[in-house]
Amino acid sequence: MQPFKGQALSWELSGGVVELALHRLPLNEIGSLMLAELEQFASALPDLESQAHALILYSKLSSGFCAGADLRELYARSSALEKAQALAGVRDFLERIHSVLNRIDASTLTTIAAVHGVTFGGGFELALTCDLIIADKMARFCFPELRLGLIPGFGGIPRLKRDLGNSVVRDLLLTGRSINATKAQQIGLVSQVVSEGEALRAARATAAQIGKFDRQTAVTSKKFIKPIPYDELRQEIDLFCELFSRPAVEAGLKKFVESSDAQPYLP
Amino acid sequence: MRSRICREVDSFRIAFMQTAEKTLDEILTLAAAHFKVPREKLSPDADFFKALGIDSLQTLDLLTRLEQHFNVELPDYELQGVTDFRTLASKIQARL
Repeated sequence: MQPFKGQALSWELSGGVVELALHRLPLNEIGSLMLAELEQFASALPDLESQAHALILYSKLSSGFCAGADLRELYARSSALEKAQALAGVRDFLERIHSVLNRIDASTLTTIAAVHGVTFGGGFELALTCDLIIADKMARFCFPELRLGLIPGFGGIPRLKRDLGNSVVRDLLLTGRSINATKAQQIGLVSQVVSEGEALRAARATAAQIGKFDRQTAVTSKKFIKPIPYDELRQEIDLFCELFSRPAVEAGLKKFVESSDAQPYLP
Repeated sequence: MRSRICREVDSFRIAFMQTAEKTLDEILTLAAAHFKVPREKLSPDADFFKALGIDSLQTLDLLTRLEQHFNVELPDYELQGVTDFRTLASKIQARL
């Protein structure tokens, strides 16, 4: 299969391993461009699945894995539209990103997110679709959505609930604090913590190990132990849209977009 | 008896103060080395954003390095509004 090189991401298949690299400046924000290329990737997945055993997601940017949804684009688009149109646009975006993330979550490949630096909001949600998260010790995870008067909208809560205890989910969600890779490993989110700059190497070594096992057994195991919480994911879209229509969100987005604060992800 | 207790309280206080000073010193050394700023140019009461010339991403980087160095968790909201090394050291000290 031919490699793909887009503006926001690229992928290639080598030795039974698909590597999906994010590389959209400034920090792989998930806006319309990233979404469109993720959709292209989701369309290519059936073909890739027939030729590979593992998928590695990583970022080529030194600043981190992904800062989440493109809030600047969201603010620019929604403030230029009537409320009802803006809400319809948000719902459409959520339906599309959920479709892509559900597809990655359900992939027959064994999926590994190799993360470093900022892994926030939608970036964290993208990593949560993967079977394993391997983190550089400088990785930081955070769900800062409450600062905007929102909840995570790309499947974060249902997937976090699937993997972790409810008290941990509440801590991350309700405080909006960020945690480091060591903490993330302690709570069971991250499977391996490695030295700075070593996450991709460790992910490749893990993918090579996974390739030694019978494929059908791996696919059956994954299906058995990793159910996809479709009902809660659907509920999440509805809740997000309900919250999005309140004036507090517009004010929160405006504040974030205009902020020059050293910690703009905090309220 | 009373004077012995006072002496012990004093020695504990001195030990604590030394630890707090050591924490501050370690922060300054770590920040200077990582952000390549001469150590002598960093004073305890300096605004570390200005002194180190760091942005929001580098602030997160510093937070992670401090958590690792001191083996503590520092919730971001506890550091909101903290701009000088001395206050930062006191926040870390409170979690050691």
